[in-house]
Amino acid sequence: MEMIIDLASWAFLLAGIFFIFTGTLGMLRLPDFYTRLHAAGITDTLGTELMLIAMMLQAGWSIVTVKLLMISLFIFFTSPTATHALANAANAVGLRPFGVPEADLRPKKTEEA
Amino acid sequence: MRHILGLGASLAAFWMLLSGSISLDHKLVLGFGVASIILTMFLAIRMDRLDGFPVSIRLSPNLIRYWIWLAKEIGKANIDVAKIVLAPNIKISPRMVRVKATQQTDVGIATFANSITLTPGTVSVDIEDDEILVHAITDDMAAGLIESDMDERVTALELKYR
Repeated sequence: MEMIIDLASWAFLLAGIFFIFTGTLGMLRLPDFYTRLHAAGITDTLGTELMLIAMMLQAGWSIVTVKLLMISLFIFFTSPTATHALANAANAVGLRPFGVPEADLRPKKTEEA
Repeated sequence: MRHILGLGASLAAFWMLLSGSISLDHKLVLGFGVASIILTMFLAIRMDRLDGFPVSIRLSPNLIRYWIWLAKEIGKANIDVAKIVLAPNIKISPRMVRVKATQQTDVGIATFANSITLTPGTVSVDIEDDEILVHAITDDMAAGLIESDMDERVTALELKYR
């Protein structure tokens, strides 16, 4: 039984490492600020959550697992809020996204007028 | 007043859960706990976030079902974005699209916008009246979001709150 749990938590850890690596690679390879946010999203969601699941399996039924569950919930709520704040700030100061068709960038108000 | 006492009680319970002990031997640690609870309650009052504003999210079977559905969507989208990043040649076609948000409450719209951002490949950039401006990394992701029933699912969740 212990071996199955160990194997499962190893699998989750390795998957987590893989996705964090992928997210980091994406941060380096993608062309601009907005597209890089998407790569960072991989690290935020799958990467950290898989690592936390692996740690929960190791901790078993204890107070540590409850704490890890709390951490994963907080990341679930705060990381998209932070990502949105960054994207919103970039948009507010008029940072133009790379490769987006011109028609998409027209503000909604002038479209109606 | 009822709200602020409820917040204080839940913060105290949460602090005890995290510290794992409430023994009076560690007076300094206990003091830090009490001080941070009082500070948080003071900030909550100053931010005027107590009257009529739901402090907690009501845990319902529907909310759990939505989380499970969202987790699946996040998993699928993660694999799609990972494929883009790991491909020898990066193939992207970024788009800015507007998605209609049919939610009535602020919490509903925030839940929908956060769900969009949590799903890799789409990030909510701005909220304009009843529409959310979304940056998508490919045409397919933008089309997928517009076709998806995420908006209806969040709205259905919201009606259950009342």
